[in-house]
Amino acid sequence: MTPDEIRNKAEEVREANQAVKHHVCVCMAAGCVSAGSDKVREALEERAAQEDYCNVKSVGCLGLCSAGPLVSIESEGVLYQKVEPKHADALISSLGKKPVKQLQCDLESPFFKAQKKIVLENSGRIDPETIDDYLAVGGYETLIDVVTNWEPFEVVDEITKSGLRGRGGGGYPTGLKWGTVAKAEGSEKYIVCNADEGDPGAFMDRCILESDPHRVIEGMTLACFAVGATKGYVYIRAEYPLAIERLKKAIVQAKKMDVLGNNILGAPFNFDIEIRLGAGAFVCGEETALIASIEGSRGNPKPRPPYPAEKGVFGKPTLINNVETFANIVPILREGAEWFSSLGTESSKGTKVFALAGQIKNTGLIEVPMGISLREIVYDIGGGIPDGGQCKAIQTGGPSGGCIPESLLDISVDYESLKELGSMMGSGGMIVMDESSNMVDVAQFFMEFCMSESCGKCVPCRVGTVQMHNLLKRISAGDATVDDLEMLIDLCDLTRNTSLCGLGQSAPNPILSTLRFFRDEYTAVLKPSTHAAVE
Amino acid sequence: MGPSGRVKTLTINGHPCSARSGESVLQVARENNIFIPTLCHLEGLTSVGACRMCLVEIKGSNKLSPACVTRVFEGMEVVTETEQLQKYRKLILALIFSERNHTCSICVSNGYCELQTLAQKLGLEHIHVPYLYPVTDVDASHERFVSDQSRCILCSRCIRVCDEIEGAHTWDILGRGVDCKIISDLNQPWGESESCTSCGKCVHVCPTGALFESGKSTAEMTKRQFLPYLSLMREEKSHHE
Repeated sequence: MTPDEIRNKAEEVREANQAVKHHVCVCMAAGCVSAGSDKVREALEERAAQEDYCNVKSVGCLGLCSAGPLVSIESEGVLYQKVEPKHADALISSLGKKPVKQLQCDLESPFFKAQKKIVLENSGRIDPETIDDYLAVGGYETLIDVVTNWEPFEVVDEITKSGLRGRGGGGYPTGLKWGTVAKAEGSEKYIVCNADEGDPGAFMDRCILESDPHRVIEGMTLACFAVGATKGYVYIRAEYPLAIERLKKAIVQAKKMDVLGNNILGAPFNFDIEIRLGAGAFVCGEETALIASIEGSRGNPKPRPPYPAEKGVFGKPTLINNVETFANIVPILREGAEWFSSLGTESSKGTKVFALAGQIKNTGLIEVPMGISLREIVYDIGGGIPDGGQCKAIQTGGPSGGCIPESLLDISVDYESLKELGSMMGSGGMIVMDESSNMVDVAQFFMEFCMSESCGKCVPCRVGTVQMHNLLKRISAGDATVDDLEMLIDLCDLTRNTSLCGLGQSAPNPILSTLRFFRDEYTAVLKPSTHAAVE
Repeated sequence: MGPSGRVKTLTINGHPCSARSGESVLQVARENNIFIPTLCHLEGLTSVGACRMCLVEIKGSNKLSPACVTRVFEGMEVVTETEQLQKYRKLILALIFSERNHTCSICVSNGYCELQTLAQKLGLEHIHVPYLYPVTDVDASHERFVSDQSRCILCSRCIRVCDEIEGAHTWDILGRGVDCKIISDLNQPWGESESCTSCGKCVHVCPTGALFESGKSTAEMTKRQFLPYLSLMREEKSHHE
């Protein structure tokens, strides 16, 4: 299809959509589906078939997962929560009249008002399984514009100027990465989308792929144009069947429209995307291990340098970005770098998607501007702790991150502030803990995770994590002495400074941060040193 | 050739050294008789940077670098011995000793073991981390060789020599983390391996007693049929008198 044909198609879809007065959007992301939203959709469809002023649409994540199944009706400006099939009649009959009060969500509440949707702008508004809906909201318009009017280096410059940093955790400047790969020599280059989201409690990337897969494909295609790549891989974990299915559909649809494949939009530029399924190893989120896994080898990390930008997949220059990073590309190129860099803080631009979980009223997927305080996230957006509980700490960054105590919740959410407190941005998992959480247990939980996910290649991570886990177990059981705590600290220091890859280097973070802010929970259960007794 | 050409100059512990471009810090250190401990490294095989014994400090870098895989650059300043590095090396060695069941006194490689030698050299007198005492397998199915997982330090030398030099790729790793295990073919007994050429290279590169020639361990000692002849020899002796 030519650019004009695609634009015409988009116009047609928009007109067809406008012909129907009410679009009843049912959330069909994994959270709501498991709460029974497919049954709700069936009931709504059955009832809506009798009317000509409405249709029922499946959409991606609407955010407030704890209140699912969710149904949104934009023409009415309402969001219904905890919808059951029996409500179908009331909902459809109410269209154009008074909304059903008892099911309504308060859209004026901070959960909705304090968020800023860029990555998730289409999430919950379009049907992720058809390309038509994506076209109708201006999808692939940016690609058409860039391919016809831009030079590749201009794209890299724009991304650099925007200040976008990698959303996978490390926060490496995206523009710099793109520039390095663009400059790397070689006729064959690869683009890899890291969708191996493995942090316990994190589901941002899954939701993005389930809700708006074309956005990620368009971002990858733009990256391909910018750095001169030929082929792309999406490395996605097999535990995300719904995301995989939707992504597969989207790739087929995009190829049919000539926005992916050979001679994209009639231009002499080819890009193909292949899906690679991960077998659930956490370490495969580390880029060198991920590359090994794509190549068909055991997913073990390798020492860097050489960096993937120079020697990546099959030894060729490779650009690896996370799902959320790719999802940020389209709005940056559409609205301009200046607009993007006006959001957020000095060093961290734009927004960040977080998966809010734990002891908090509103669990779900949120997107907030960088620089918002943790307190706003917990008490305004999250609605505070249920049953009048007290917030004790927030865990960010998953097993590589740390716990931030309630007293420091006023810090701004950006890469540097979180790192200063011994935690990290990570990919965006955020677990809220109340007074009932024991911090030694929390550290033990994450260490158990790192221990079983260590690939076993380097000694400090392979054996160090086991020894640290055993020591935490002893401390928890009240069998440990002051000497054991000293050894634990020594092992943390060793594993952090001598491990081969990021998994080992960051594995001690949950211990170190809980020791920093909740040391008394460790020391309270320790026995005196045995060395003194010997003397 | 100038500094930007193929020759690089650097200092290791303050000693000026010259190197060819592409050489590793470890190679240059060895050429200059500067000791850097290693376990997984073996000249002739691909370096993997796994044991972390060869970590050194490089000025300008906030991370420690494994000397075996770090390439030299012009003006590089390397430090191989600091109090911190010595502490880390000892603790890593202690972790290796704690991981499996290393009992030198009953080991076939006692006296010929790189792990043992390194521990002596670095002055590791005591293992203060708790031993894990795992239950491990012995595979004596091969007619000439035996593998005892108790003494394996997962350095992967056997895997690399078999793959890169012999070209058989009989060995590989099974499992994750502390449960990792060296396996032959698809986890079949070594003696039933179809790819093994019985070349013995793996046995010779093994730094410990994890892979050894059968008949060498203490329990496998057999005695020659000598006793029945003792009395006969005596008789003959007395007969001559």
